[in-house]
Amino acid sequence: MKRAFPIFAVFTAVLLSYAMYEALVAAPTEKTMGDVQRIFYYHVPSAWTAFLLFFINFVASVVYLIRRNPIADAIAVVTAEVGVVFCTVVLVTGPLWARPVWGIWWTWDVRLTSTLVLWLIYVSYLMLRRFSSSGQTPVLAAALAVFGALDVPLVYFSIWIFRTQHPQPVIGGGGSIDPRMLRVLLINWAAFLCFAALVCWSRYRLERLQREVEETQALEALLEPRGSR
Amino acid sequence: MSIASGLTRATLAKDLRLEWRSKDAINSMLFFALLVVVVFSFSFDPNAEESRQIAGGLVWVAFLFAAVVALNQTWARELRNQVLDAYRVSPAPANSLFLAKALGNFIFVAVLEALMTPLFIMFYKLRALGPAWQLIPVAALGTWALVVNGTFFAAMSLRTRSREIMLPLLLFPISIPALLAMVNATTAILTGELSARVWIVLLASYDVVFTTSCLLLFETVLHAE
Repeated sequence: MKRAFPIFAVFTAVLLSYAMYEALVAAPTEKTMGDVQRIFYYHVPSAWTAFLLFFINFVASVVYLIRRNPIADAIAVVTAEVGVVFCTVVLVTGPLWARPVWGIWWTWDVRLTSTLVLWLIYVSYLMLRRFSSSGQTPVLAAALAVFGALDVPLVYFSIWIFRTQHPQPVIGGGGSIDPRMLRVLLINWAAFLCFAALVCWSRYRLERLQREVEETQALEALLEPRGSR
Repeated sequence: MSIASGLTRATLAKDLRLEWRSKDAINSMLFFALLVVVVFSFSFDPNAEESRQIAGGLVWVAFLFAAVVALNQTWARELRNQVLDAYRVSPAPANSLFLAKALGNFIFVAVLEALMTPLFIMFYKLRALGPAWQLIPVAALGTWALVVNGTFFAAMSLRTRSREIMLPLLLFPISIPALLAMVNATTAILTGELSARVWIVLLASYDVVFTTSCLLLFETVLHAE
């Protein structure tokens, strides 16, 4: 098991470099957008990865509320943190692409706005975890995660109505994707998923170690209350 | 059920009596909302047509910020003399406590809205061009949407450092769909250009979803100690 982590790390590094080569060199250049379009190979996989991580966070939170299993809570922390990082990547690469292509950094479109709100919800989740002082942080955080997940369809639906009532400059809009581009996209997604799994893995080990240290310290304080003074 | 509703009624009556005698929450909310109205009025200086376009947003932002003032005080009073701990060890159903607190906050914010609306109409020269009666369901559903989650998150932020700041940080992101619905419904009614019905339906479903989840999870959060 100890050997598995470095092996997986090397594998991820190789896959990421291959995906980068595919995205920046091998993939065909888009006709109208040119090279700017290549950011798409980073933007979309990050988005899918972030959504997947948030979904895992929701499932882990529900499991924690039912079973009070500390492993589920550790998974919830890890996926929320890494998910916020990937969601930030999405929100940064999006405007970088939009500026040359649409001529604007940002528009209050359904997907953009929903992603931003999702990011806000999970940042508030991390804030709660950070500011919560009691030993019951996991319960509170899990409850908030459930609220956040329930909010997602409402957010999407409300912004969808908002946008249909006030039409915006048409963006993106259907169209088919070149199969070569799709291949590169999927390779990049696989690489990003491995990368996310790697970061989650190492963050998970850190979280477990941290908890062990805290437990040991608490136990020591109980066993020799005055010995150290 | 009768014990539960009795407890709700008793707690609600106690909170209302306390508020009636001290007027802490309502005074600070009123003054706060008044400041928001005045500041916005200075910074935008709108004419009647512009006011109609922006009033929905202004009104609800003012009410939202003012509501946070009341929501933050919801549980503070129960911390003194360990009243909340007494609730925890008593066999009383947690949800009746929650409902009493949420209803109390709803009444406070509703009173605030009733008092502030004439001021808004005066300062912003408002006159609804759409069906004005629809503002009542929008206000009722919108206020409940803010208050039910606000009461819940106030209970959650009780056990955090700097809890007064924590409440808006938790409440605002989750409330975005409700806010969007309230603001757009109000604007739609004031300008009379669009129908507010879809927004009212959205607000109602928001209320149903989050009232249910608050009632399901409140006991867990109350006993998290």
